[in-house]
Amino acid sequence: MGNPCAVIGVGQTEYRTKRTDVSIAGLVREAALRALDDAGLTFTDIDAVVIGKAPDLFEGVMMPEAYLADALGARGKPMIRVHTAGSVGGSTALVAASLVQAGVHDRVLVVAWEKQSESNATWALSTHPPLSPTIVVGAGGYFAPHIRAYMRRTGAPDHIGTLVAVKDRQNALKNPYAHLRIPGISREMVESTPMLWEPIRYLETCPSSDGAAAMVLASEDAARRAPNPPAWVHGTAMRSEPIFFAGRDTVNPQAGKDCAADVYRQAGITDPRRELDCAEVYVPFSWYEPMWLENLGFCGEGEGWKLTESGATALDGDIPWNPSGGVLSSNPIGASGLIRFAEAALQVRGLAGEHQVEGARRALGHAYGGGAQFYAMWVVGSDRP
Amino acid sequence: MSRDVAVVAFAQTKHTGEDAGLTEVELLAPVITEIKQATGLNRFGFTCSGSLDYLAGAPFSFVSALDTVGAWPPISESHVEMDGAWALYEAWVRLQHGDVDTALVYGFGKTSQGSLREIMTLQLDPYYLAPLGPDQVSLAALQARAFLDAGHKEDDLRAVAARSRAAGRANPYALDLPDPADEGYEVAPLRPHDCAPITDGAAAVVLAAGDRARELSGHPAWIRGIDHRIEAHSLGVRDLSRSESAALAAGKAGARDVEVAELHAQFSHEELILREAIGLADDVRVNPSGGPLAANPVMATGLIRIGEAASWIHRGEARRTLGHAASGPCLQHNLVCVLEA
Repeated sequence: MGNPCAVIGVGQTEYRTKRTDVSIAGLVREAALRALDDAGLTFTDIDAVVIGKAPDLFEGVMMPEAYLADALGARGKPMIRVHTAGSVGGSTALVAASLVQAGVHDRVLVVAWEKQSESNATWALSTHPPLSPTIVVGAGGYFAPHIRAYMRRTGAPDHIGTLVAVKDRQNALKNPYAHLRIPGISREMVESTPMLWEPIRYLETCPSSDGAAAMVLASEDAARRAPNPPAWVHGTAMRSEPIFFAGRDTVNPQAGKDCAADVYRQAGITDPRRELDCAEVYVPFSWYEPMWLENLGFCGEGEGWKLTESGATALDGDIPWNPSGGVLSSNPIGASGLIRFAEAALQVRGLAGEHQVEGARRALGHAYGGGAQFYAMWVVGSDRP
Repeated sequence: MSRDVAVVAFAQTKHTGEDAGLTEVELLAPVITEIKQATGLNRFGFTCSGSLDYLAGAPFSFVSALDTVGAWPPISESHVEMDGAWALYEAWVRLQHGDVDTALVYGFGKTSQGSLREIMTLQLDPYYLAPLGPDQVSLAALQARAFLDAGHKEDDLRAVAARSRAAGRANPYALDLPDPADEGYEVAPLRPHDCAPITDGAAAVVLAAGDRARELSGHPAWIRGIDHRIEAHSLGVRDLSRSESAALAAGKAGARDVEVAELHAQFSHEELILREAIGLADDVRVNPSGGPLAANPVMATGLIRIGEAASWIHRGEARRTLGHAASGPCLQHNLVCVLEA
């Protein structure tokens, strides 16, 4: 794991359908300045900038770090652009943490963003490269069969997805940055929305958002001088597996299990449900909560939906998942993973505001991407490991 | 910098100047196989790659590329949407943690399937610059003009092109390009031979730390310094006749006393600007492989520079060499890697 690393600043933009009030540079700068402010720093204090986003086709700006170097105060500094599909926000945080853990830098600014209103993500995901399989119908069309397989495998009743959709949107009402804030959100409301990709209804899927999130990561020395409490990194891990091959379990992928096992080992966690106080997990379609509960070892196989049904993952449950409202409430794709990592940090810093899990001392941040094949995770805690 | 890390192996395709009917994955697969055989390694502590979606015109070029690696059981892996040289940097950083000892790095690009000149326009500021539609060669020509105005001659550019093409003809992996002819301008003051050719190709490098590097190679090329810096994007606020960020990165990486330098110069004048910025003495052999002017598989070109520089040490023919990579319009972003026997 290398040298100690801590989150000393977090900044988020308001997540909205269209942020027409800002350019792309304005958007990332808004998050960056808020993170710097939290850390009591300015751009001149930063040693390096790491930036992440999902495919460049989403906005039509190729290798945008070149254009964003000025807005992020990177002139004369190292700047790296990470891209690992949907997990990118998490991977970007891990690349930034890696620079501190390696002892290369003391203060690294990490920013991830997406401005989905600039184009159409479903179109960008549905190109037809020659001789290659294509997703054709965006992410929902790709993941729906995996969800149906999960339901068949576990015998989960139809309403579980609805429960997650309601729970995460109720949490979002407590998060001022959240995109979807739906007063009076209820099962009836979710069930009355159109079926998009069986069994995913409109309100069981994530929105398309504009937004950016940023963090300042610091070495132990720099963290000791930060004005607000740090979140210490207790473990980091990435895992990838190929997208297509016979025998691959796409419902409960091995890469996710391995990634979780690695990050728990580093953090000394053997029972995540008991030893973690909350988790921010990449759930872009409601059913991915029970699926990831199993994949991440919060329960046994086939038990995830029961945990969700019991209310254990609600804000007042024993292991709150996505107290911020999660990806179901805000989805600037490239930033969605970083938001999970940042929200986990806010929880253990005690700075999550109205959606604070009381007394949270250890939290998981999780992101996944591609055909549920790329994983990035970290565990952060209030105490220095 | 606490941990010694070395380039222990390098492999590249025999690059082609036209579409050879292979997909990006098919270009890459033999290179990965070759480097696994050369090192005897089948699993790596970390894997990192560099590629560009816009070359294929589709999202997630790196997803299918993962098939070449054999990522099963799952591997610890990441990707930069940058030249593979930055993937190497990320891997070098990761090896500093001390818990893993080997890393596989690769980059690939099939430039022949689109119009690179126009694709690169999409990299520009989307509000103030890209809408004007300047293509990559035209912007390079602006820089070349600024360089010539600072007291250099077009013949200096031709000499770089002539030397690079001759060296390329002697390099089995580079293209066979004729000596510069008396052609018209591509975009004045650049002539066709001053511009890197359209190229398809891929490359891979294996990094290893400490004793593991000594086990894997009789002549490991130790990374003595590696650094990269970006500068302002807008050409209007930069002195285009110089490269501030290359000078800064070279200083941080300790780029002194090298015998060989492989520079990621996609245009003749860029080599001359970089020589000056990095502070290379006149007796340094620059781009003995032919450099990007003899083969430019975009997203692998920078990684190849480091691989080529390391090969001199692997062969025992040099003690200290330098690999350089660039990104962004007109050398906006520069990486310098100093290697030593």
